[in-house]
Amino acid sequence: MKGIIGKKLGMTRIFNERGESVPVTVIEAGPCPVVAVKTEETDGYNAVQIGFGRRKPANVNLPRKGHFEKAGVEPAKVLREIRVKDPSGYEVGGWIKADLFQVGDLVRVTGYSKGKGFQGVVKRWGFRGAPDSHGSRNHREPGSIGQCATPARVWKNRKLPGRTGNERTTVRNLEIVQVDADRNLIAVKGAVPGHRNGYVIVSADE
Amino acid sequence: MIDLVEAVAKEHEKNEFPDFKPGDTVKVHTRVIEGQKERIQIFQGTVLQIRGSGTGKTFTVRKVSGGVGVERIFPYHSPGVTKVEVIRKGRTRRAKLFYLRDRKGKAAQVKEDRR
Repeated sequence: MKGIIGKKLGMTRIFNERGESVPVTVIEAGPCPVVAVKTEETDGYNAVQIGFGRRKPANVNLPRKGHFEKAGVEPAKVLREIRVKDPSGYEVGGWIKADLFQVGDLVRVTGYSKGKGFQGVVKRWGFRGAPDSHGSRNHREPGSIGQCATPARVWKNRKLPGRTGNERTTVRNLEIVQVDADRNLIAVKGAVPGHRNGYVIVSADE
Repeated sequence: MIDLVEAVAKEHEKNEFPDFKPGDTVKVHTRVIEGQKERIQIFQGTVLQIRGSGTGKTFTVRKVSGGVGVERIFPYHSPGVTKVEVIRKGRTRRAKLFYLRDRKGKAAQVKEDRR
């Protein structure tokens, strides 16, 4: 599976060749230096470790600094591993660019969803809640959360209020609408997890 | 960074039509695909509003056809809209002419701007 690290820039709409208006998310994808190549023999699995963005040399800790120097690339802000079937095509110090994908490819985009804070059970789990009127004095509460003297406790994994969002989310089957390798831009159809300027991984949907 | 988003959209803002405003009477040429054939359909009416910017810009055209009011909303930059002809300039004092919907006959006319 091939992939690239990117930054979500924002959404807009463009017209396709059939004249239809298409909602797209613009992602600044790459260029990503290959920092390490992991193979079945040496690491037990096949992957490429790629970087994205630039980190000030003064802000790189020593273990990381050595790691980047070994690869001969500038310190990157984000380091991610992407599993690949065949790592032989990748070379440490090489670059992955936006032209990794073509218009029409289907990709999955992984990122961290927007944090929603402490949310109740209606927003967090889609509970229906209780009637707003007709004498109802209970509106958005969860209702019963368990039984009685047996088991006399609340079962594990009970859906309750709590911190919502800011979790790793993947959206699959997004179509690539436009690729601009010179400006390192990719436009995918539809929405992508996370806020603007959030980091995402765009990988082939296989 | 948001300007990179706008840059991507900008490439799709292809249409440049002669300047028209709400109140103007226009002929809108649209491409219609029927099976294999493609033809141009013309919609003539009064511009009620122009809204939005960039690729999301649209304009609404109203006409009365057989006693029934018909309104169409055209995406300004859509490749389906090939041409806009200004037939008559209208003089209006507001940007949205929704009040025309409630009027009939002569009251539903927009005064001509003879400048």
